[in-house]
Parts: sequence; structure tokens; C-alpha cells
Amino acid sequence: MSTLRYTKDHEWIRLDGETATIGITNYAQEQLGDVVFVELPEVGKEVAAGDEAAVVESVKAASEVYAPVAGEVVEVNEALTDAPDKVNEDPQGDGWFVKIKLADKSALDGLMDEDAYKAFLEESA
Amino acid sequence: MAQARQTDETALQRTPLHALHERLGARMVPFAGYEMPVQYPAGIMAEHKHTRAKAGLFDVSHMGQAWLFAPDGLAELFERLVPGDIAGLGEGRMRYTQLTTADGGIIDDLMVTRMPNAGGRERLFVVVNASRKAVDLPHIASAIEGKAEISPWENRALIALQGPAAAEILAGHIPEAVDMAFMSAREIVRDGETLLVSRCGYTGEDGFEISLPAAMAEAFAETLLAHEEVEPAGLGARDSLRLEAGLCLYGEDIDETTSPVEAGLRWSIGKRRREEGGFPGAERIMREIAEGPSRRLVGIKPEGRAPARHGTAIRSADGEEIGVVTSGGFGPTVEGPVTMGYVAAGHEAPGTALGLVVRGKTLEAHVVKLPFVPHRYAK
Repeated sequence: MSTLRYTKDHEWIRLDGETATIGITNYAQEQLGDVVFVELPEVGKEVAAGDEAAVVESVKAASEVYAPVAGEVVEVNEALTDAPDKVNEDPQGDGWFVKIKLADKSALDGLMDEDAYKAFLEESA
Repeated sequence: MAQARQTDETALQRTPLHALHERLGARMVPFAGYEMPVQYPAGIMAEHKHTRAKAGLFDVSHMGQAWLFAPDGLAELFERLVPGDIAGLGEGRMRYTQLTTADGGIIDDLMVTRMPNAGGRERLFVVVNASRKAVDLPHIASAIEGKAEISPWENRALIALQGPAAAEILAGHIPEAVDMAFMSAREIVRDGETLLVSRCGYTGEDGFEISLPAAMAEAFAETLLAHEEVEPAGLGARDSLRLEAGLCLYGEDIDETTSPVEAGLRWSIGKRRREEGGFPGAERIMREIAEGPSRRLVGIKPEGRAPARHGTAIRSADGEEIGVVTSGGFGPTVEGPVTMGYVAAGHEAPGTALGLVVRGKTLEAHVVKLPFVPHRYAK
């Protein structure tokens, strides 16, 4: 049973208590291509839903990763600084970006579950 | 995550290799009015590294190919449009030059080849950028009207085979190519059709561009791809390769506001032309050669891993804004970010400390000598 939730911007969120781990989906990393740099926010930063939470740079272009939910950044994946290719290798595991302490847990209610995200990908293909 | 929006694809043209790209699993994108492969499943990084190690096959059929003919004096006539030494070209030799505006800006950069006379006429062959061919060809036609004619070479493909293994591979199919000098071209007849093989490229590596009839293109490309050493490479790798090689991209690094001297292309203006002038914009270009330009395109190496893209502001060590990045990305061979941009005169010396303003933060960087990766052209 997957507990992941997904956004239409191809981010995933995994809730663990009051903390949400955020990354980009496998589909998103495939679209980006080789990731060469990830810019992460500072721990302690307050983000609103829709704010820029990180920037991911591929060989070709920079793309923003938006915070799907509001809260405080409590941890960032420092390993990406030296090994940004983890985003390509394991986007839904070791390639996570940030952990956010949620301001409001119900914010996840509006997001897609895995089946809904798969259907969304098929629709937009 | 923000997704790049694609423009209306209905009006896009396709190259003769379109079906092959799809079979190879390419990701197709709109580029200069064409639907082009930006990358194949291996990805830009792998395609780039493979080209430097062995050989990459690129479809550059979107570029404009055209012949110029005249009974005589064709090279001298064409010199009225470009600062390059065309009259000094031997038969079968080619040169990189620029079509310039009356103000010394660059209408386009192009390859010009002088081919042996045929049918009692002198011949030049030109290859221009896809994004500029609709501008270039009428520009040339009106300038030579009544004295020479220009004829686009239609229904042709252009395949670039680039990398250290290119010569050995091509020799198995076109033996005449093996002893060609760099920056030379040869017409070769196969099955009653004319192929134009040029030893040149835009990756910093040895390589060839082969112009051939559209109908022969797919089979020929597949013949080359059948070699273990050859992998297809898309526009993404083409861009990162040319950037590491310190080569300008039209519309990014050069345009109608930039002069060849500002762009670091004075090497492409031969001694005779510098002395004689007689090309559009000669006044500005010769003044800039004599006095130095007010801004200069330089190589810039950012200190960290963050790439600085086109449009990034460049600051001096004192924090003064002194220029802008025109090309920037990640260099797979360099294994770090590589950047080119214009800086105000006085900041162009290698080693000069600069700041690059990326997402509001100033990243440390310094001027470096171009290219980022040494050229490895055939002698």
C-alpha cells in the first residue's frame, strides 16, 4: 500500500506523522533528463503551498520544484549537493529533496493517490 | 514542477530522418521550425561523452544548404557579404565566416566551400543556420542579383558524424573520405547521386558532414549506426559539445547587434580582408580590430556546480554589472558548469574574478581561455 500523494506538477509527498517528504516523480526525472545540480532551501524556511521549494538543473535547463503544501522546512537532502544524479537513479527514494513540517495535515487531502496520478499521466500523455 | 510548454507542432517541418528518430526513441522538440530530436534514450550526458570518446551521429538536415553559381568572379562577389577570405580558398576548401550587416552585426554565421567549376561556372556551397535561412538566402540573392545565382539544395539531408572514430568508420563506406584534410569538401557519386562530404563539424572533434539526397538518408544513417562505435546524438548533446568547444550559437552568443570582433571571431577574418575591408560593417569591424571592442565574449567558469544560463547578469569583483551570459550549461566532459558571455572591456583577461547572479545569489566565477575542452580536429 503506497502512502504517497502526487501533484499535477509531478511532485510526490510522503507523510510521516506531521512531516512530509517531497520529491519529484519518476516521470518528472525522465522528462528532465540528467540532473546536474540541485539547489535546496535553508532549513527553517517557511513555505506556502505553491512556493519554490527547490530548483533542479538538468544539462539543458533549470526547473522549479514547488512546495505542494505549506509548512516549515525541517530537513534538506544534503546528499544531492555532491550526487545530484540520485534524482535520476532513485527519484522516489534517495532522490528526495526536502522535509516539511506541515502547517495543516488536511492539505494533503486534495492531492492524488497513486492510481489517480497514473490516470492523470495517461490522460496527459 | 514546471513543465516546458511546447508550441504548436502542426506547422513544424520534418527532416528525412524523422521516422528513424522515432524508431530510435528520440524525444522530439520544436526547433527553428522543425521537429527535431533533442535526445535519445541514452540521454544528453551519455550522447555527449560518447561523441567525445567514439562517434556521435547527428541529424542536421534542418540547416540550409545552397549553391551559388556565376560565370566568373564568384568568390570576389561573395566577399562583399562576408569578412572571411573566400577568394583565397582553394578548390574543395571551406571556411567559417559571417554574413554581416552594414553596422557590423552578424546576420548569420555560415560555412562557405569553394567547389571546382562545373559546366563552365564557378561554384560556392554554403551551409547556414536553420533559424536564419529564410533571412540569409534572400539577403544573398539580392546582393548578387544579375551577377550570380543562388539555388537552395532541396530535398537533401545533412548528417554529421563527429568524434575520434568518425574517419575510420566513414572510410568503410566512403573510402575517398579518409585522406581528406580538415575544412575540405569533396563530391562523391554513389548510385548515380551526388554526395557532398565535408570534413568539418561543430563539436570540437574531428568529423564529417555528409549532404545526400533525402531518399538515401535513412539507409545511410542506419549503415553508420550499425557500427558499435556510433550512437545517435541529439540537439542537446550538440549544444553542450559546441559550448565546451567555445563555439558560438546564433541567436544566443551572436546576433545582429554583436560584431565578429566582439564575439571573438577575429581569427575568421583573414589578413588581406582586415587590410582591404570591402565587406558590410567594415568600418566598425576594422575599428574594433585596431582599438579593441567595448565588450568581448569570454569563457567563464563558475566555481560551484550551479550552471548559469542565457540571460544571467555578470558582475565585476566590485559588484558592478558588466555583462550578460549568452550560453551556459553543464559540460559533461568538463564535469562542471561552463558559460560564455559578454563582459565590458577591461574584464576579459583570463583569471579575472566575476560574479554570476543566479536566482538572486551572486556565484563566484572567473574568466577562462576558450575552449573549455581542447579542439581535436584532424591535421
